[in-house]
Amino acid sequence: MYIIIIGGGSVGYYLCKALLSEGHEVLVLDKDAGKCERFEDDMGSVCVRGDGCETATLAAAGASRADLLIATTNEDEDNLVACQVAKHQFGVPRTIARVNNPKNEKIFQKLGIDRTISITNLILEHIEGELPTHPLIHLLTMKEEGTEIVEVRVREGSEAVGKPIKKLHLPPDSFLVLLIRNGQKPRIITEDTVLQANDHVIALTPTASEDVLRRLFTGS
Amino acid sequence: MNVLIMGCGRVGAQLASLLDAEGHKVTVLDVDAHSFRRLPPTFGGMALVGDGTSEDSLKEAGIEEADAFVAVTQGDNRNVMAAQIARQIFNVPKVVCRIYDPLRKDIYESLGLEAISPTTVFAELLKEKLLGNS
Repeated sequence: MYIIIIGGGSVGYYLCKALLSEGHEVLVLDKDAGKCERFEDDMGSVCVRGDGCETATLAAAGASRADLLIATTNEDEDNLVACQVAKHQFGVPRTIARVNNPKNEKIFQKLGIDRTISITNLILEHIEGELPTHPLIHLLTMKEEGTEIVEVRVREGSEAVGKPIKKLHLPPDSFLVLLIRNGQKPRIITEDTVLQANDHVIALTPTASEDVLRRLFTGS
Repeated sequence: MNVLIMGCGRVGAQLASLLDAEGHKVTVLDVDAHSFRRLPPTFGGMALVGDGTSEDSLKEAGIEEADAFVAVTQGDNRNVMAAQIARQIFNVPKVVCRIYDPLRKDIYESLGLEAISPTTVFAELLKEKLLGNS
Protein backbone atom coordinates (compact mmCIF):
# COMPACT_ATOMS: atom_id res chain seq x y z
CA MET A 1 0.00 0.00 0.00
CA TYR A 2 1.10 3.56 -0.62
CA ILE A 3 0.45 5.56 2.53
CA ILE A 4 0.91 9.32 3.03
CA ILE A 5 1.36 10.59 6.56
CA ILE A 6 0.80 14.28 7.33
CA GLY A 7 2.84 15.49 10.30
CA GLY A 8 6.26 14.25 11.36
CA GLY A 9 5.78 14.57 15.12
CA SER A 10 6.19 11.60 17.42
CA VAL A 11 2.98 9.95 16.20
CA GLY A 12 3.96 10.39 12.54
CA TYR A 13 7.50 9.24 13.24
CA TYR A 14 6.69 5.94 14.93
CA LEU A 15 3.77 5.28 12.61
CA CYS A 16 6.09 5.69 9.64
CA LYS A 17 8.61 3.31 11.18
CA ALA A 18 5.96 0.68 11.86
CA LEU A 19 4.39 0.93 8.40
CA LEU A 20 7.77 0.74 6.68
CA SER A 21 8.65 -2.40 8.61
CA GLU A 22 5.38 -3.93 7.43
CA GLY A 23 6.58 -3.38 3.89
CA HIS A 24 4.39 -0.43 2.90
CA GLU A 25 5.49 2.49 0.79
CA VAL A 26 5.34 5.51 3.07
CA LEU A 27 5.79 9.24 2.58
CA VAL A 28 5.70 11.78 5.40
CA LEU A 29 4.93 15.47 4.83
CA ASP A 30 5.94 18.07 7.39
CA LYS A 31 6.35 21.85 7.24
CA ASP A 32 9.44 21.75 9.43
CA ALA A 33 12.78 21.08 7.73
CA GLY A 34 14.33 19.98 11.03
CA LYS A 35 11.80 17.20 11.45
CA CYS A 36 12.44 15.99 7.90
CA GLU A 37 16.16 15.75 8.65
CA ARG A 38 15.48 13.49 11.58
CA PHE A 39 13.56 11.13 9.31
CA GLU A 40 16.33 11.29 6.73
CA ASP A 41 18.95 10.28 9.30
CA ASP A 42 16.95 7.35 10.66
CA MET A 43 14.91 6.01 7.77
CA GLY A 44 16.24 7.51 4.55
CA SER A 45 14.28 9.68 2.16
CA VAL A 46 10.78 9.17 3.49
CA CYS A 47 9.97 12.72 4.58
CA VAL A 48 9.38 15.68 2.28
CA ARG A 49 9.10 19.22 3.52
CA GLY A 50 5.74 20.74 2.70
CA ASP A 51 2.26 21.68 3.86
CA GLY A 52 0.06 18.61 3.60
CA CYS A 53 -3.05 20.76 3.24
CA GLU A 54 -1.78 22.29 0.02
CA THR A 55 -2.90 20.84 -3.28
CA ALA A 56 0.49 21.36 -4.91
CA THR A 57 2.33 19.51 -2.13
CA LEU A 58 -0.07 16.59 -2.24
CA ALA A 59 0.12 16.46 -6.03
CA ALA A 60 3.92 16.31 -5.88
CA ALA A 61 3.65 13.57 -3.26
CA GLY A 62 1.61 11.50 -5.70
CA ALA A 63 -1.55 11.64 -3.64
CA SER A 64 -3.67 10.48 -6.56
CA ARG A 65 -2.15 7.00 -6.32
CA ALA A 66 -2.20 6.85 -2.50
CA ASP A 67 -4.31 4.14 -0.91
CA LEU A 68 -4.47 5.82 2.45
CA LEU A 69 -3.75 9.22 4.03
CA ILE A 70 -3.23 9.59 7.75
CA ALA A 71 -3.18 13.10 9.26
CA THR A 72 -1.35 13.13 12.58
CA THR A 73 -0.57 16.77 13.39
CA ASN A 74 -1.61 18.28 16.69
CA GLU A 75 -3.91 20.78 15.00
CA ASP A 76 -7.36 19.34 14.40
CA GLU A 77 -8.27 21.81 11.67
CA ASP A 78 -5.12 20.94 9.70
CA ASN A 79 -5.89 17.22 9.97
CA LEU A 80 -9.45 17.84 8.79
CA VAL A 81 -8.42 19.87 5.76
CA ALA A 82 -5.59 17.49 4.76
CA CYS A 83 -8.03 14.58 4.77
CA GLN A 84 -10.73 16.47 2.89
CA VAL A 85 -8.35 17.75 0.20
CA ALA A 86 -6.91 14.23 -0.21
CA LYS A 87 -10.36 12.74 -0.54
CA HIS A 88 -12.03 15.28 -2.78
CA GLN A 89 -9.15 16.52 -4.90
CA PHE A 90 -7.14 13.32 -5.24
CA GLY A 91 -9.71 10.61 -4.63
CA VAL A 92 -7.72 8.96 -1.85
CA PRO A 93 -9.99 6.04 -0.90
CA ARG A 94 -9.40 6.10 2.84
CA THR A 95 -8.49 8.92 5.21
CA ILE A 96 -7.73 8.74 8.91
CA ALA A 97 -7.46 11.82 11.11
CA ARG A 98 -5.95 12.19 14.53
CA VAL A 99 -8.32 14.18 16.70
CA ASN A 100 -6.86 16.13 19.60
CA ASN A 101 -10.08 17.54 21.03
CA PRO A 102 -12.28 14.48 21.71
CA LYS A 103 -15.37 16.55 20.89
CA ASN A 104 -14.22 16.83 17.29
CA GLU A 105 -14.53 13.09 16.67
CA LYS A 106 -18.24 13.32 15.87
CA ILE A 107 -17.81 16.50 13.84
CA PHE A 108 -15.08 14.94 11.69
CA GLN A 109 -17.22 11.91 10.97
CA LYS A 110 -20.09 14.14 9.92
CA LEU A 111 -17.71 16.01 7.63
CA GLY A 112 -16.74 12.83 5.80
CA ILE A 113 -13.51 11.64 7.40
CA ASP A 114 -13.48 7.83 7.24
CA ARG A 115 -11.92 7.19 10.60
CA THR A 116 -10.91 9.38 13.52
CA ILE A 117 -8.59 8.48 16.33
CA SER A 118 -8.72 10.52 19.49
CA ILE A 119 -5.44 10.10 21.26
CA THR A 120 -6.80 11.90 24.30
CA ASN A 121 -9.65 9.39 24.56
CA LEU A 122 -7.33 6.44 24.04
CA ILE A 123 -5.08 7.55 26.86
CA LEU A 124 -8.06 8.24 29.11
CA GLU A 125 -9.50 4.79 28.44
CA HIS A 126 -6.24 3.09 29.23
CA ILE A 127 -5.82 5.01 32.45
CA GLU A 128 -9.43 4.23 33.38
CA GLY A 129 -8.69 0.56 32.83
CA GLU A 130 -5.84 0.75 35.31
CA LEU A 131 -8.01 2.24 38.06
CA PRO A 132 -9.22 -0.61 40.27
CA THR A 133 -12.39 1.26 41.20
CA HIS A 134 -13.48 1.93 37.66
CA PRO A 135 -16.66 -0.04 36.94
CA LEU A 136 -16.63 -0.06 33.14
CA ILE A 137 -13.68 -0.48 30.83
CA HIS A 138 -13.82 -0.12 27.05
CA LEU A 139 -12.09 -3.06 25.44
CA LEU A 140 -12.95 -2.44 21.83
CA THR A 141 -15.06 0.10 19.97
CA MET A 142 -16.54 -0.75 16.61
CA LYS A 143 -17.34 2.76 15.54
CA GLU A 144 -19.05 2.08 12.27
CA GLU A 145 -21.50 -0.29 13.91
CA GLY A 146 -21.92 1.96 16.96
CA THR A 147 -21.12 -1.03 19.17
CA GLU A 148 -18.52 -1.64 21.83
CA ILE A 149 -17.14 -4.48 23.88
CA VAL A 150 -16.75 -3.55 27.53
CA GLU A 151 -15.67 -5.15 30.76
CA VAL A 152 -17.86 -4.40 33.77
CA ARG A 153 -17.23 -5.22 37.38
CA VAL A 154 -20.38 -6.12 39.27
CA ARG A 155 -20.68 -3.97 42.37
CA GLU A 156 -22.11 -5.18 45.66
CA GLY A 157 -25.71 -4.12 46.11
CA SER A 158 -26.30 -3.38 42.44
CA GLU A 159 -29.39 -4.56 40.60
CA ALA A 160 -27.48 -7.25 38.75
CA VAL A 161 -26.46 -9.24 41.84
CA GLY A 162 -28.24 -12.49 42.77
CA LYS A 163 -30.64 -12.71 39.84
CA PRO A 164 -30.55 -14.88 36.76
CA ILE A 165 -29.66 -12.90 33.65
CA LYS A 166 -33.13 -13.37 32.11
CA LYS A 167 -34.62 -11.38 35.03
CA LEU A 168 -32.36 -8.37 34.45
CA HIS A 169 -33.60 -5.36 32.52
CA LEU A 170 -30.82 -5.33 29.99
CA PRO A 171 -30.89 -2.56 27.39
CA PRO A 172 -31.96 -3.80 23.95
CA ASP A 173 -29.16 -5.22 21.79
CA SER A 174 -26.84 -5.56 24.79
CA PHE A 175 -25.43 -9.03 25.33
CA LEU A 176 -23.54 -10.39 28.31
CA VAL A 177 -21.00 -12.75 26.85
CA LEU A 178 -18.35 -13.95 29.28
CA LEU A 179 -18.13 -14.27 33.04
CA ILE A 180 -14.82 -14.16 34.90
CA ARG A 181 -15.15 -15.05 38.59
CA ASN A 182 -12.26 -14.99 41.09
CA GLY A 183 -9.73 -15.13 38.28
CA GLN A 184 -11.00 -18.53 37.12
CA LYS A 185 -11.36 -19.53 33.49
CA PRO A 186 -13.95 -17.42 31.65
CA ARG A 187 -17.36 -19.03 31.26
CA ILE A 188 -20.06 -18.34 28.71
CA ILE A 189 -23.01 -16.49 30.25
CA THR A 190 -26.43 -18.07 29.70
CA GLU A 191 -29.80 -16.64 30.64
CA ASP A 192 -29.76 -18.72 33.83
CA THR A 193 -26.36 -17.49 35.05
CA VAL A 194 -26.59 -15.69 38.40
CA LEU A 195 -24.06 -12.91 38.93
CA GLN A 196 -22.24 -12.20 42.18
CA ALA A 197 -20.57 -9.08 43.46
CA ASN A 198 -17.04 -8.59 42.05
CA ASP A 199 -17.73 -10.77 39.00
CA HIS A 200 -16.19 -9.45 35.82
CA VAL A 201 -18.51 -9.51 32.84
CA ILE A 202 -17.53 -9.02 29.22
CA ALA A 203 -20.45 -7.50 27.35
CA LEU A 204 -21.31 -6.35 23.87
CA THR A 205 -23.41 -3.20 23.85
CA PRO A 206 -24.53 -0.35 21.61
CA THR A 207 -22.56 2.74 22.63
CA ALA A 208 -25.83 4.53 23.38
CA SER A 209 -26.77 1.93 26.02
CA GLU A 210 -23.48 2.09 27.90
CA ASP A 211 -24.86 4.23 30.72
CA VAL A 212 -27.87 1.97 31.29
CA LEU A 213 -25.54 -1.01 31.50
CA ARG A 214 -23.24 0.83 33.89
CA ARG A 215 -26.15 1.64 36.21
CA LEU A 216 -27.39 -1.94 36.17
CA PHE A 217 -24.04 -3.31 37.34
CA THR A 218 -22.89 -0.57 39.64
CA GLY A 219 -26.07 1.07 40.88
CA SER A 220 -24.58 4.50 40.13
CA MET B 1 -30.02 39.96 10.57
CA ASN B 2 -28.28 38.04 13.34
CA VAL B 3 -24.62 37.65 12.35
CA LEU B 4 -21.83 35.71 14.05
CA ILE B 5 -18.29 36.68 13.04
CA MET B 6 -15.33 34.46 13.91
CA GLY B 7 -12.04 36.34 14.08
CA CYS B 8 -11.70 39.95 15.19
CA GLY B 9 -8.80 40.95 13.01
CA ARG B 10 -8.93 44.04 10.82
CA VAL B 11 -11.47 42.52 8.45
CA GLY B 12 -13.61 40.95 11.17
CA ALA B 13 -13.70 44.13 13.23
CA GLN B 14 -14.48 46.32 10.23
CA LEU B 15 -17.27 44.02 9.07
CA ALA B 16 -18.68 43.88 12.60
CA SER B 17 -18.81 47.65 12.91
CA LEU B 18 -20.35 48.10 9.43
CA LEU B 19 -23.12 45.60 10.15
CA ASP B 20 -23.65 46.99 13.64
CA ALA B 21 -24.01 50.53 12.26
CA GLU B 22 -26.71 49.25 9.90
CA GLY B 23 -28.66 47.92 12.84
CA HIS B 24 -27.87 44.19 12.57
CA LYS B 25 -27.33 42.07 15.66
CA VAL B 26 -23.63 41.23 15.62
CA THR B 27 -21.56 38.86 17.77
CA VAL B 28 -17.78 38.66 17.35
CA LEU B 29 -15.80 35.63 18.51
CA ASP B 30 -12.04 35.63 18.95
CA VAL B 31 -9.56 33.49 20.90
CA ASP B 32 -7.77 36.62 22.10
CA ALA B 33 -9.61 39.37 24.02
CA HIS B 34 -6.87 41.79 22.97
CA SER B 35 -8.26 41.66 19.41
CA PHE B 36 -11.42 43.41 20.52
CA ARG B 37 -9.46 46.70 20.73
CA ARG B 38 -10.08 46.92 17.00
CA LEU B 39 -13.82 47.36 17.53
CA PRO B 40 -14.91 51.02 17.55
CA PRO B 41 -16.15 52.49 20.85
CA THR B 42 -19.59 52.86 19.27
CA PHE B 43 -19.88 49.09 18.65
CA GLY B 44 -23.14 47.92 20.14
CA GLY B 45 -22.84 44.19 19.49
CA MET B 46 -21.31 41.42 21.57
CA ALA B 47 -17.65 40.46 21.76
CA LEU B 48 -16.89 37.01 23.15
CA VAL B 49 -13.66 35.15 23.81
CA GLY B 50 -13.86 31.67 22.33
CA ASP B 51 -12.64 29.25 19.69
CA GLY B 52 -14.88 29.15 16.62
CA THR B 53 -13.86 25.58 15.82
CA SER B 54 -15.33 24.42 19.11
CA GLU B 55 -18.98 23.41 19.16
CA ASP B 56 -19.39 24.67 22.73
CA SER B 57 -17.96 28.12 22.04
CA LEU B 58 -20.16 28.45 18.97
CA LYS B 59 -23.25 27.53 20.99
CA GLU B 60 -22.32 30.05 23.66
CA ALA B 61 -21.98 32.67 20.96
CA GLY B 62 -25.53 31.90 19.87
CA ILE B 63 -24.87 30.10 16.58
CA GLU B 64 -28.18 28.29 16.88
CA GLU B 65 -30.01 31.58 16.40
CA ALA B 66 -27.63 33.06 13.81
CA ASP B 67 -28.83 33.89 10.29
CA ALA B 68 -25.29 34.19 9.01
CA PHE B 69 -21.79 33.03 9.97
CA VAL B 70 -18.53 34.54 8.74
CA ALA B 71 -15.09 32.94 9.35
CA VAL B 72 -12.24 35.43 8.97
CA THR B 73 -9.40 34.25 11.23
CA GLN B 74 -5.82 34.19 9.97
CA GLY B 75 -5.89 30.42 9.49
CA ASP B 76 -7.43 29.01 6.30
CA ASN B 77 -7.97 25.63 7.89
CA ARG B 78 -9.58 27.09 10.98
CA ASN B 79 -11.96 29.07 8.77
CA VAL B 80 -12.77 26.03 6.70
CA MET B 81 -13.45 23.88 9.73
CA ALA B 82 -15.59 26.49 11.49
CA ALA B 83 -17.57 27.21 8.33
CA GLN B 84 -18.31 23.53 7.84
CA ILE B 85 -19.43 23.17 11.45
CA ALA B 86 -21.71 26.20 11.03
CA ARG B 87 -23.22 24.83 7.85
CA GLN B 88 -23.39 21.11 8.44
CA ILE B 89 -23.82 20.83 12.20
CA PHE B 90 -25.77 23.99 13.00
CA ASN B 91 -27.46 24.53 9.60
CA VAL B 92 -26.78 28.28 9.57
CA PRO B 93 -28.58 29.60 6.44
CA LYS B 94 -25.72 31.79 5.18
CA VAL B 95 -22.07 30.87 5.72
CA VAL B 96 -19.07 32.64 4.18
CA CYS B 97 -15.40 32.02 4.91
CA ARG B 98 -12.08 33.46 3.92
CA ILE B 99 -9.51 31.12 2.36
CA TYR B 100 -6.22 32.79 1.40
CA ASP B 101 -5.02 29.81 -0.65
CA PRO B 102 -6.83 30.08 -4.03
CA LEU B 103 -6.51 26.33 -4.77
CA ARG B 104 -7.96 25.38 -1.43
CA LYS B 105 -10.73 27.91 -1.99
CA ASP B 106 -11.63 26.21 -5.28
CA ILE B 107 -11.82 22.79 -3.65
CA TYR B 108 -14.10 23.96 -0.87
CA GLU B 109 -16.25 25.93 -3.26
CA SER B 110 -16.79 22.78 -5.28
CA LEU B 111 -17.82 21.14 -2.01
CA GLY B 112 -20.51 23.77 -1.59
CA LEU B 113 -18.84 26.18 0.81
CA GLU B 114 -19.12 29.86 0.01
CA ALA B 115 -15.56 31.20 0.15
CA ILE B 116 -13.59 34.28 -0.79
CA SER B 117 -9.88 34.26 -1.54
CA PRO B 118 -8.45 37.71 -0.75
CA THR B 119 -5.31 36.64 -2.59
CA THR B 120 -7.12 36.39 -5.91
CA VAL B 121 -9.35 39.41 -5.31
CA PHE B 122 -6.47 41.64 -4.29
CA ALA B 123 -4.18 40.51 -7.09
CA GLU B 124 -6.91 41.32 -9.59
CA LEU B 125 -7.50 44.72 -8.00
CA LEU B 126 -3.80 45.51 -8.16
CA LYS B 127 -3.63 44.49 -11.78
CA GLU B 128 -6.56 46.74 -12.56
CA LYS B 129 -4.86 49.66 -10.78
CA LEU B 130 -1.68 49.08 -12.72
CA LEU B 131 -3.13 48.51 -16.16
CA GLY B 132 -6.39 50.39 -15.97
CA ASN B 133 -9.76 48.87 -16.70
CA SER B 134 -9.11 47.97 -20.32
